[in-house]
Amino acid sequence: MMMPAGVSLWVEIPVALLLILSGLFTLTAAIGVVRFKTFFQRMHPPALAFSFSAWCVTLASIIYFSAQDARLSLHAWLIIIFLSLTVPVTTILLARTELFRRRIGNPGAGDIPPSLSHVVPRPAEGDEAPPKG
Amino acid sequence: MSPFLFGAIVFALACYVLAMALGLLRLYRGPSAQDRVLAMDLIYTIGMLVLMVLAIRYRSAMYFEAALLIAVFGFVSSAAMAKFLLRGEVIE
Repeated sequence: MMMPAGVSLWVEIPVALLLILSGLFTLTAAIGVVRFKTFFQRMHPPALAFSFSAWCVTLASIIYFSAQDARLSLHAWLIIIFLSLTVPVTTILLARTELFRRRIGNPGAGDIPPSLSHVVPRPAEGDEAPPKG
Repeated sequence: MSPFLFGAIVFALACYVLAMALGLLRLYRGPSAQDRVLAMDLIYTIGMLVLMVLAIRYRSAMYFEAALLIAVFGFVSSAAMAKFLLRGEVIE
């Protein structure tokens, strides 16, 4: 394969270790998504893929391209910054969705706390005043 | 590229493919709609990671733009779907 002169072995070893680590983290996340029982448990394993795997791959590519170009190439940080800004938004929205749909489905059942914002009507309004309006 | 790094890249890609297959299993089996949104979230993130590993494999920085686009549009789509499941409409 006609490639430009590669980087030295002492750069390739940490890159390879970071890639292996990221693959293992991603596999762990996927196994957790498949095997966990409830949705609130299943929300947690993808955070491994969103944080640890993405960080490992980003560090690997930063190390590799910095060694290859002989200068600091930080453009892969954009992905990490963007991911760390957007993943909590999606996670919160999905958690609220699960809460909302469980309240709609069977109000007052199990361990679901009642709604605070009166969007979903409370199941039993015996001991507290009904919402105004 | 040393065989060690090549083997690590192949191993990482194999792990990603297996993880995407498991995510597809959850996407197929998921009892509720938000499980499917979560599985799709995981799958597009793994696709972004695949692109970043391929950037190292082919030593090309052009893959980062594609990875960034996948991150942006994946966030927009999953946020829109979660908002739709939450309220019944995306923008209210």
